[in-house]
Amino acid sequence: MMRRWCLPVLLTLALLIPRADAQLTVQILRGMAESVPIAIVPLGWDGQGAAPWDVAATVHADLERSGRFRPLPRPQMLEMPHAAAAVDPADWRMLKVDYVLVGQLSSLPDGRVELRYELVQVATGERLLGAALPADRGALKLASHRLSDAVYERILGVRGAFSTRIAYVAVDGPASARGYRLVIADADGANERIMFASPQPILSPGWSPDGRSLAYVSFHTGLPAIYVQTLRTGDQLRVSAYSGINGAPSFSPDGSRLAVALSRRDGNVDIYLITLASKELKRLTDDPAIDTEPAWAPDGRSIYFTSDRAGAPQVYRLALGADERPRRITFDGDYNARPRVSPDGRDLAVVTLDRGAYRIATVDAMRGSLRVLTNGRLDESPSWAPNGADIIYATREGGRGVLAIVAADGRVQQRLAANAGEVREPAWSPFLH
Amino acid sequence: MKRWLTILLIAAAMPGLAGCPKKPTTVPETQAPAAQEGAATGAEGEGQVGQARDLPSEGAAVGAGPAGIATLIYFDFDRSDIRPEFAELIAAHGRHLAGTGSIRVRLQGHTDERGSREYNVALGERRAQAVRRALMLQGAGDVQLTTVSYGEERPAAEGSDESAYEKNRRVEIVYGR
Repeated sequence: MMRRWCLPVLLTLALLIPRADAQLTVQILRGMAESVPIAIVPLGWDGQGAAPWDVAATVHADLERSGRFRPLPRPQMLEMPHAAAAVDPADWRMLKVDYVLVGQLSSLPDGRVELRYELVQVATGERLLGAALPADRGALKLASHRLSDAVYERILGVRGAFSTRIAYVAVDGPASARGYRLVIADADGANERIMFASPQPILSPGWSPDGRSLAYVSFHTGLPAIYVQTLRTGDQLRVSAYSGINGAPSFSPDGSRLAVALSRRDGNVDIYLITLASKELKRLTDDPAIDTEPAWAPDGRSIYFTSDRAGAPQVYRLALGADERPRRITFDGDYNARPRVSPDGRDLAVVTLDRGAYRIATVDAMRGSLRVLTNGRLDESPSWAPNGADIIYATREGGRGVLAIVAADGRVQQRLAANAGEVREPAWSPFLH
Repeated sequence: MKRWLTILLIAAAMPGLAGCPKKPTTVPETQAPAAQEGAATGAEGEGQVGQARDLPSEGAAVGAGPAGIATLIYFDFDRSDIRPEFAELIAAHGRHLAGTGSIRVRLQGHTDERGSREYNVALGERRAQAVRRALMLQGAGDVQLTTVSYGEERPAAEGSDESAYEKNRRVEIVYGR
C-alpha cells in the first residue's frame, strides 16, 4: 500500500479548506417533555484575555441537542460560581433546575489547559462528579464533548456519545456533473473532513470497530467495488472487485472480516465473508433470491441480512458455524430491509414499509415485534449510536436529502441538513476513546 | 487518551494530512463510431471531390445499435420480468448482436428511489440479468453482454412521484462498452 501524498494532498487541501456552505446545521425538532432541567454555568478562566474555549456553551448545546436535557439559558442565571463549594442549592432551586455544572479552566505550565468541573445535585446539595481533565488548547472542544459525556452518563445512567463521529455521503451538482463525497464529521456535524471524492456514486459507508477505518462501495472505476480506507493516512485499499455486485460491507466485531454482498459470475446476490488479511472468501448463502445488506450481531456469532426469498424483502438471521437455514425475523409488514443491530444485540433498526411510506422501525431481535419510530415518506439507512440511545438515518426535507436523529424510544428528534447539496447514508462511529 | 487529543490537534492544524482522498480514476466512455476520412483526390489537380457523408458503421468492434431501435426497457415496481411490449425491442437488439459477434454492450440496471439502496443495487442487477438472458435467447453471445447496476443512484428523472419513478425503473442498453 503506497502512500500517495503529492497530487492527492493538493486536491485534499483544496477540498478541505473550510467552506461555510458545506457545514451541517443541526435543528432540534422535538425534545422530551420530561427533559432534565440543568444549569451549565460558564467556566472561570484564570489566564489573560478571553478563555480559549467556551466549554459551557458546547456542553449546553450537546445536552440540549440530545433532547433529554433542558439547559437553563445563560441570561437567567443569577450568579456564576466556579466551584461546588460556591453553589447554594436554595438559590438554584428557585430557578427550578435539578443539577448545576460548574468549573474552571486554568493554564498549565506546559501550555496545555486544565478543565476542572463539578456537578451538584440541587435537591440534596450533593456533589455527584468532580474531576480535572488536561487538554491541548486545540482540543478543548473535544474535552467539552467528554464533559458532556460524563454529565449525561452520571444523570441518565447511559454512556454519552458526544465524543463520537459520523460518516456520510454528500452529493451535489446537476445530474450531468454530479459529485459524491465521503465525509466524516463530529457527532454534532462540525469539523467536516472529506475522505474521498468522486464523480461516481459512493454507497454504504461502515466503520471498523476500532474507529480507524471506513469500508464503503465506490463506482469510480466504472464498476462497483468495496474499499477500506484508513482515516489517518487516507490509504485506500480495494478489498473486493469481483464480477458483478460488490456491496454492503460490514465489519465483524473483531475487525478481521467483512460481511459483503456479491453476485460474482452467476448474477445472483448472496452473502459472503472476506477475511481482510488473506482475502479469503467464504460463501454464507446460496439461493436464487436477493440476499444483501448483512449486519453482524455484537457477539460475532450471527449475521442479520435482507432477503426476498419469501417474495418481498424481509430480515433474516444466519447463525455462523451452525448448519442451519437462515431464520426469518420480521413478519410485520410487507417490506423490511437494511437491518442494523443495536449495541446490546437486542434490537434491530430496519427500513419498513408503513402504510405506503418507508420509515425507520426497531424490531425486537428475539420476538420480531416491530415499532415504527419515524414519520417520513422515504426514510432509510438507519445507524445506531454506540450507546444504543439514538439512531441516525437519512430522510428528505424540501425535496432534498438530509440526516435525522431519533431516540431509540422515538421520543426525541433532530435534523442535520447540509447547507448546500444533499446528505445521505449516515454511519455512526463506535466509541472512540 | 492523550494520543487521541494530540491526533486531533494535528488533524485540526493540518487538514491536508487528515485524509488523502485518492483522485478517482474513471473508465472513459468510448465514443460512438468514428472516423470520417477527409476527401481523397482524384487525378492530379483535376476535378472536385464531393462532400463526405456519414456511413453508419456496421460490424465494427466498437459498434452502434440497430438503427432506429430504442435502447431502454422499463419495469414495473419491484419487478424484473420483461413486459411483453418490449419483446420486439429485445429481439431487434438480440438479432443485431447475433449478427456481429464483435459488438459489445453494457446492460445498465436501475431502480426508482424507494426502499433501501443496496437492495436496489441488487434489484437493478436482476433487471439487467433478465435482459441479458432475453438477449441470449435471441442469439447474442455470452461474451458480448456485461451487466452493471446503479440501483437508485442514477435516476433518469428527478422527482418523487410515479411519473419519475416509472422512468427510473429501467435497463439501458449501451453499445461500445
